[in-house]
Amino acid sequence: MSLNHKEQHMTTTANTDVLTGLAEILEEVAGTPADKVVVEATFEELEVDSLTMVEVVVACEERFGVRIPDEALEGLRTVGDAVTLIGAAQ
Amino acid sequence: MRGAALTGLGAHRPAHREDNTAIAERTGSTDAWIRERSGIVTRGVAGEGEGVVEMAVSAGGKALAAAGLAPSDVDLVLVATCTLTQPVPGAAARVAARLGTGGSGALDLGAACAGFTYGLSLAADTVRGGTADHVLVIGSERFTDIIDPTDRGTAFLFGDGAGAGVVSLSEVDGISPAVFSSDGDSADVLKTVGHPPVLQMEGRAVYRWATVTAPGLARAACARAGLELADLAAFVPHQANLRIVEAVARALKLPDTCVVARDVVDSGNTSAASVPLALTRLIERGEVRRGDPVLLLGFGAGLTAAGQVVRCP
Repeated sequence: MSLNHKEQHMTTTANTDVLTGLAEILEEVAGTPADKVVVEATFEELEVDSLTMVEVVVACEERFGVRIPDEALEGLRTVGDAVTLIGAAQ
Repeated sequence: MRGAALTGLGAHRPAHREDNTAIAERTGSTDAWIRERSGIVTRGVAGEGEGVVEMAVSAGGKALAAAGLAPSDVDLVLVATCTLTQPVPGAAARVAARLGTGGSGALDLGAACAGFTYGLSLAADTVRGGTADHVLVIGSERFTDIIDPTDRGTAFLFGDGAGAGVVSLSEVDGISPAVFSSDGDSADVLKTVGHPPVLQMEGRAVYRWATVTAPGLARAACARAGLELADLAAFVPHQANLRIVEAVARALKLPDTCVVARDVVDSGNTSAASVPLALTRLIERGEVRRGDPVLLLGFGAGLTAAGQVVRCP
């Protein structure tokens, strides 16, 4: 899955809400400090592996009322990618 | 009123153990990666003379001895397995014959990792209904035969072994009504392909299903037993992967007084054998005592799941 980087880093109110929510979820599920959850951060840097990612996605689905299929996780590298993915699913 | 209770348990753990070193080497992985993804440190690998039937006989014999029964007391033998490379004949009749149950009933169960908990439920209802007084339920698996030893996603995950429990007629009922669940639309995420069969798994999909489904089933099984999660002495989920065990335990917010089985660390995922092996380990270590309420929950290929609360034998 390829993402348009301009689009990915576009800051909107909705995206900010998603980012805040994602940071809270990452803190709860993976113990990631909220200040490290910025759009440029990769999940590898945040030490979020593929299994933790599944738990994060399940929590996001509940919180944002979206459905994210497993296939959509394949190209997911950065926090920005995840924010765009969730935003698009909303 | 006829009640049913678990009266004895038995385990067969292969003598040969394999740690992560060789598996990591042949799958292009590392010991650290395997531990991080699964929590597994070592697993039993069946050798010669340790087929599904032989291991089932070994575990079943120990369970009968623990229950203080002779093989001829057994009315029905249930064997849960998903690793017979030759599906016909099934294992149960051969297990019954080798144990010497004298032509008792014998039935194979194909519910993969949920096989033992389904078996317990069927055994308990068979006893309560008056068809049998003693049922021997065995989970026996030899994954060595159906694993691709070079598959990075599964080679480290599975182990061999057998676990057994005896369900007997009892004045006091010690096995709660079970909860059942299945999702056949997702059958493809965990399956064997080809002849001889080789196991294939979509790890992420299985992980998602297990971590999302298991907590609700655990709560429902507890409610069916008329208990709160806080009343449990132990939780013995299918030992699929330590990450799944931990995620489900975390979701349930179990109190410190509830021991969570983590036998997967030493045994790997032994499918139908995992629940009785893990429960036996808790008893051996003195972490649960006779009469303690323990929640068992099996889930796996199918996808299918079953769970219930049992009183420790």
